[in-house]
Amino acid sequence: MSIGGELMRGPERHGRFGEFGGRFVPESLVPACEELEAGFESAWADPAFRGRLDDLLGHYGGRPTPVTECGRLSELLGIRLLLKREDLAHTGSHKLNNVIGQALLAERMGKRRLIAETGAGQHGVAAATAAALLGLECLVYMGAVDVERQGLNVFRMELLGAEVRTVQSGSRTLKDAINEALRDWVATVETTHYCIGSVMGPHPYPYIVRELQRIIGDEARAQCHELLGGSDPDVVVACVGGGSNAAGTFAGFVDTGARLVGVEAAGGAAMTNGVPGVVHGMRSRFLQDEDGQILEACSVSAGLDYPGVGPEHAYLGAVGRAEYPSAEDSEVLAAFRLLAETEGIIPALEPAHALAWVVREAGKSIPKGSAVLMTLSGRGDKDVALVRKLTQ
Amino acid sequence: MVRGVLEKALRDRRDAGRKLLVPYVTGGLGRDWLEVVRAVGAAGADAIEIGIPFSDPVMDGPVIQRASAEALNSGATPSGIIAALARADAGVPLVVMTYYNIVFRAGHRRMARTLAEAGVSGAIVPDLPIDELNGWGDEASSAGVETVLLVAPTTPRSRLKAICARSRGFVYGVGVMGVTGERASLSATALKVATVCKEETDIPVLIGVGISSPEQAREVIAVADGVVVGSALVHRLLEGAGPEGAAAFVAELRAAIDA
Repeated sequence: MSIGGELMRGPERHGRFGEFGGRFVPESLVPACEELEAGFESAWADPAFRGRLDDLLGHYGGRPTPVTECGRLSELLGIRLLLKREDLAHTGSHKLNNVIGQALLAERMGKRRLIAETGAGQHGVAAATAAALLGLECLVYMGAVDVERQGLNVFRMELLGAEVRTVQSGSRTLKDAINEALRDWVATVETTHYCIGSVMGPHPYPYIVRELQRIIGDEARAQCHELLGGSDPDVVVACVGGGSNAAGTFAGFVDTGARLVGVEAAGGAAMTNGVPGVVHGMRSRFLQDEDGQILEACSVSAGLDYPGVGPEHAYLGAVGRAEYPSAEDSEVLAAFRLLAETEGIIPALEPAHALAWVVREAGKSIPKGSAVLMTLSGRGDKDVALVRKLTQ
Repeated sequence: MVRGVLEKALRDRRDAGRKLLVPYVTGGLGRDWLEVVRAVGAAGADAIEIGIPFSDPVMDGPVIQRASAEALNSGATPSGIIAALARADAGVPLVVMTYYNIVFRAGHRRMARTLAEAGVSGAIVPDLPIDELNGWGDEASSAGVETVLLVAPTTPRSRLKAICARSRGFVYGVGVMGVTGERASLSATALKVATVCKEETDIPVLIGVGISSPEQAREVIAVADGVVVGSALVHRLLEGAGPEGAAAFVAELRAAIDA
């Protein structure tokens, strides 16, 4: 039996990944989640739907994205570092894979209005893009703190015809944007599709988003085979906020012998510092106090500023198939700069967390000469101004 | 089946021809919140819903969000609120409303027992639908805490039947598609939800969410057994109404549904 052969297929009954997952939503939303589950199953089994999705991801989205073997950085670290280049996909991140799929699904289900939450703005930009492409209405909720630090992405979404609504409640970041999107959805569910940006939320979202993102891992597996003479990489690493690019990447390698590593931001490390809880429709791990009040995440990267994590990651961690270390802001900024200087690639701050872990562990828990595949989930244009401010 | 304290109290009053009024008060909102609970009890409430504030209340609109945040900022905790309820002596059954993470974090058994020991009769957990009720539902029942389930305007008939059969205390009909908050006029869905629930069950049917004024309460009780009024009351508390102001508003609601 191959390692992890049964992992990342299901979920089991009631949308469970072991003890995690589920559907903890107000009664008003239950029928919509059921409708979405049935809608996705039917679409996913429909060759015409799959064909249209593949066509858009290819001819519009720029897939397949390449795997780039790093020369100078590999030499510096003493490993073979391969980058899955989601930064080269249209809109500059892996988020498009998910939103094109969900927008097509919304259209198929007769829902002409999309709502989305966004942290760094990448998912918001992707959702606005898909909405423009298919002629759907789009409203993006974004925390006031994130609007401030990712102002350019706000303007991008507006250029794409979306409305951006600033969220002033709570910690005014990603978790509050999700709260606000859920509140909208409770009122508008009959005409609106909530386009969740990560492998989180109530069932079937963690499953749908993983399936829509597994193209990252499936492509990378074949590309690694080509580059590595038929072998799989020794280590597969990706950053984790909610965890969509990591879930999509891991799905392609979970049945290999590769060590799977999801890197969280130290200030939002739900896998390290969180405990089981039920928030945003799912049972997973969350940063919370002893009463169950959710704590604020705090990271340089808006995209990882989330006090929870997708339920399937909580499960992969619990069964020991994947590990979830974290990276500090300072090492992330150093890794950001290192990739720019050695490879001519400016990464987003989110995947710079994954790189920070690789840099820290190369020659230690990653033995010299190992082949490491890292998903570079997005490009760094959105972060350049912030990094400039932080490092000057 | 033995009926719980909450359901029995509401049934008895309803069967005597009275329409039911359940005001909502955010626990820990202001130093005098327990006084507010008592005043509301004396002003004509048939039961009182006490919100245990949660950091991420997705079913609540701006008024209850603000009240929850103020209560949390002033140090309110679930255990502190429940302990205070033990000495409320409000004269009517108490029902807590909170989100599932608060219950989950405390542990089902511990939360159920703590509530029962404090004399709390019921619990409303809006993000715990019937499909996920196992665990909490059983512990609550064995501790004698009645878990009130919600029916939404989107709930299909077959599901509604199951919810009505499993709900204890009363059935909470969500009057409008949306989060808690005041509305200028009564949604047509409120009467529809009340009508279908009344067709399915004999347990008291109360409508909440979007019932903001005595007039709207009066409209709803033409079909429903009663109303839950939250944001309209909490809004007044946030503006400094205090126990007297809260009692005056509840008395106004009482008069409207008794008329």
